[in-house]
Amino acid sequence: MKYAYFPGCSAESTARDMHESTLAVAGSLGIELTKPRGWTCCGATAGHQTDPVLAASLPAATLIKVKDMGLNMVVNCAACYNRMKVANHQISTNPEIRRRVGDALGRDYDGSVKIRHFMEVLLEDIRLDAIKKALKHSLNGLKVACYYGCLLVRPHEATKFDDPENPTSLDRLVTALGARSLDWPHKVECCGGGLSMSRTDVVIGLTDAIVGMAKAAGADCIAVSCPMCQINLDMRQRDIEKQMGKRYDMPIVYVTQLLGLCLGISPDKLGFNKLMVSPSTVIAAVGDVV
Amino acid sequence: MIKKGKTAGGITDTVRELSGVDLRVCLQCKKCTSGCPVAKLVKSPPSEIMRRLLMNSGDEILESDILWTCVSCETCSARCPMEIDVAAVMDALRQLALAKGASKQEGNVPLFNRAFLETVKLFGRTYDIAMITAYKVGTLKLMDDIEKFPTMLRKRKIALLPPMGADRKTIRRIFKKAKQDKGK
Repeated sequence: MKYAYFPGCSAESTARDMHESTLAVAGSLGIELTKPRGWTCCGATAGHQTDPVLAASLPAATLIKVKDMGLNMVVNCAACYNRMKVANHQISTNPEIRRRVGDALGRDYDGSVKIRHFMEVLLEDIRLDAIKKALKHSLNGLKVACYYGCLLVRPHEATKFDDPENPTSLDRLVTALGARSLDWPHKVECCGGGLSMSRTDVVIGLTDAIVGMAKAAGADCIAVSCPMCQINLDMRQRDIEKQMGKRYDMPIVYVTQLLGLCLGISPDKLGFNKLMVSPSTVIAAVGDVV
Repeated sequence: MIKKGKTAGGITDTVRELSGVDLRVCLQCKKCTSGCPVAKLVKSPPSEIMRRLLMNSGDEILESDILWTCVSCETCSARCPMEIDVAAVMDALRQLALAKGASKQEGNVPLFNRAFLETVKLFGRTYDIAMITAYKVGTLKLMDDIEKFPTMLRKRKIALLPPMGADRKTIRRIFKKAKQDKGK
């Protein structure tokens, strides 16, 4: 199966672990990923908070390249996925925005490229039964709180990802890996995302609520699929400890890292050494498939 | 600092135009505020912003602290029973606040956004070191998070070199166009 793969800017910095584990998992499952030549930033939160032309045109700059490739696009960063899907939605439903984006790009783009999240590719194209057959190890009942955050599920009319209030995609995947996915109420709460540096005060409060709830639900780790969520929940635990005196030691792992472990890929190739809170308990839980 | 007064044509109409949202259908059920992760941190939560806009608020609404505390999580839009895109209203208010030079608020989010977009304009992708430096110098928050820097570098979570290979030509064109379109 062949897709155009949009890594997103964080794949080259804060989310190298997400990027590496995505590529390793894709390779192991026979998913062929090709980066669009000259891919550019989706504009992220800064784009849509600043200007509507930037908000739709920055994602479209890459989308039109993917259209030329004649492939569907797969994105693993939830933030990029969101901006790409929203841009496509606006361009295909609003002729005025389509005109302005076409003006900015110097070429008309119709919003037709099909955008998939890597999780959708795994669950809908590869499918769980095929993934299960490829597994070499099991998560052995590891208690996992699956955290979706905002950007996969909202706005639902644009992303159409799973159920916006109670998504289960990640839960279904980790259950297939032998984990126990937990029922907990903070699946789609917000971690503060792009305000991590500018409003650290706000973000520390939000991440404390999420990690604290996962701990209370009995989680051994939180599984995520968004680099913003990952870095906030992982890095801010140190600040929570310093400012609030609460120590969680909660590993925040990408779901692709968990899948990679079970496919028998070495933790080094999955970027586990890049996590801030040590994931050693997660890696130690892995056992042979019975 | 924005003085009390009215935008020509009314701020409510301008917001409606920018966001494409019909504010009149708001029921004041406050589901947006109930789900808002920052509602308890701000003076005017989303439902109050909606109400003030409907009452034809003056430009002082652009000074509301929620504009730059809002995390753009879009829970408000997702849960509105009247399908009002409250998050789009917040985006429109932020764009207006920037255009009208509303005062800098806690954290100076507009400066962060500018620093972010400047590196995109230069390199075609984000370049964390340049962006973080520009933001920290501008806010004088030089020491915040500094203790994490060595670990991030060691783990290669911060790239030293700027991103390569992006189609910068198209990006420059987009930024030029966005600048020309401003105020249209």
